[in-house]
Parts: sequence; structure tokens; C-alpha cells
Amino acid sequence: MPVREDAKGKRYAPFEYEVCREKIREYALAVGEDNPIYFDRERARAAGFRDVAAPPMFAVVYSAGSISPAILDPEVGINFAMLVHGAQEFVWGEPVCAGDVITTETSVKDISERGGMGFYVFESLSRNQEGREVVRGTWTNIVRGVS
Amino acid sequence: MKVELKVTPDRYLPHRYAGASGDFNPIHIDPEFARQVGLPGNILHGLYTMAQVARANVNAAGGDPRTLKRLSVQFRGMGRPEQEITVTGTVKEERDGRVVVGTEAEQGGKRIIRNAEAELEM
Repeated sequence: MPVREDAKGKRYAPFEYEVCREKIREYALAVGEDNPIYFDRERARAAGFRDVAAPPMFAVVYSAGSISPAILDPEVGINFAMLVHGAQEFVWGEPVCAGDVITTETSVKDISERGGMGFYVFESLSRNQEGREVVRGTWTNIVRGVS
Repeated sequence: MKVELKVTPDRYLPHRYAGASGDFNPIHIDPEFARQVGLPGNILHGLYTMAQVARANVNAAGGDPRTLKRLSVQFRGMGRPEQEITVTGTVKEERDGRVVVGTEAEQGGKRIIRNAEAELEM
């Protein structure tokens, strides 16, 4: 199935995520973090955070509700049986803490085909309740056997 | 600065990471399904392994997550539970308090994350 490039440039509706302390704890434990700023409000405040801090890679949690509909979009047309996550980049800005409301917007940055593989690149931009950028994500998905 | 971290995800780690991240793709949590689609068994989430690369760099920089400004990785092969992962990194570039660390994650002699680049502000 050849790659369709029509969805290039497509943008999706913003997705809002409210960050909570218990979700940060669950995520931090799953990835093996032990820094008390991810678990204890007082320790986080003493380190200069407003509340319990989120580990940088918690970006995947608050971005998921924005990036998933883009990856699942039939107009993008990804064949899931042949999908692999090829590459990932995050560029961080303002730290994220419990109580923040993060709004993420995703767009299709590029769709291309090389050597029988489809490259689907999505970009997500997340801002906090004050409109400050917290993370910019570039998600590269590779679909094998497209031609 | 030396980046080194060793971690062995246990058998049920992919399940806990699925719950924490919301990614319940059965290739990560169902060994039987994974084998049916040609994998050796259920595989680790790539973003879990990327989180180990992030953690290794933040820890090496003193533990403050605000030091990590950028992280880019390429996923290769697949990570498995119950096998040790080793993350190693060396400084490639240093200027104006910004350090770029070339990092990779290896498991059982295979690089599962390569060409990773972490940018830290010290």
C-alpha cells in the first residue's frame, strides 16, 4: 500500500490534560525514578518547584491524548501491523508540576517514502496554563513494506 | 561528567509502564500475542527505554530535571523485560554551560537506542 501524503500539514484540535500528583507518582515509580521532588510536595517546593515536579519524560503522558488521534487518523493511513517507533525528540521549556493544565496541539510535520518504508513525522507542542511552552515533541513513526 | 546507568526491568514492568503511560499495545504486555506477530515475546516500550536515557543524563548532571533541555533518540531492535539495560554516555561538546552528551542504551550486546543526544544546561 503506497504512502498517501495528503495529510501533510494537517493540524488536530488541542487536548487539555490536568497534571495530578498521584499520576506523577505512578509514572515516576514505573520508570524507576527515586528523586523525592517527584513524590514529596515539601521537597519539591524546597527545590523551587510550585508542587511535585514531573520527570521530563512525563511529557509522553500529557501528550498522549493529542498525539494518539493523529497517529490513528485514517486520513494519515498508518498500517499498524507494520508500524515501528523510529525516533523521538523532546525539547523542554518551563518545568511541569502537579496542578498544571497542559494543552497540547499536534500536527503532521511530514510524510515521505524511502526504500520501501513510510516515514510519518508528527510534531506536538505543549503549553501550560500560563501559555508558556513546556515541551515540543517530534515523533517519527516508520511503516515497513509500503510499496 | 560520566553517564552510566544499569537497570533490569522485571517481568511485569511493561504492564506497570503501560498503566502509567496509557500505552496498552499488546506487543508490550501479551507474550502470546507478541509471538504471533513474529516477536520473541513481549517487548519493552521504546519510550520506557528513552526514559532510562533521560534519567541517566539527569542523574549524571546532579539530579535536577531542569538541566535536561533536549533529548533525541533513535530506536533500534527491541528491548526485553528481565534483561539488564546499560545506558552509557560521553560528552561530545561543551560550550557556555551547555553540554551535549552522546548516549546509547544496550541490552544483551545489542544497542536498542543509538545516536541519542542529550543537551544539558549545567
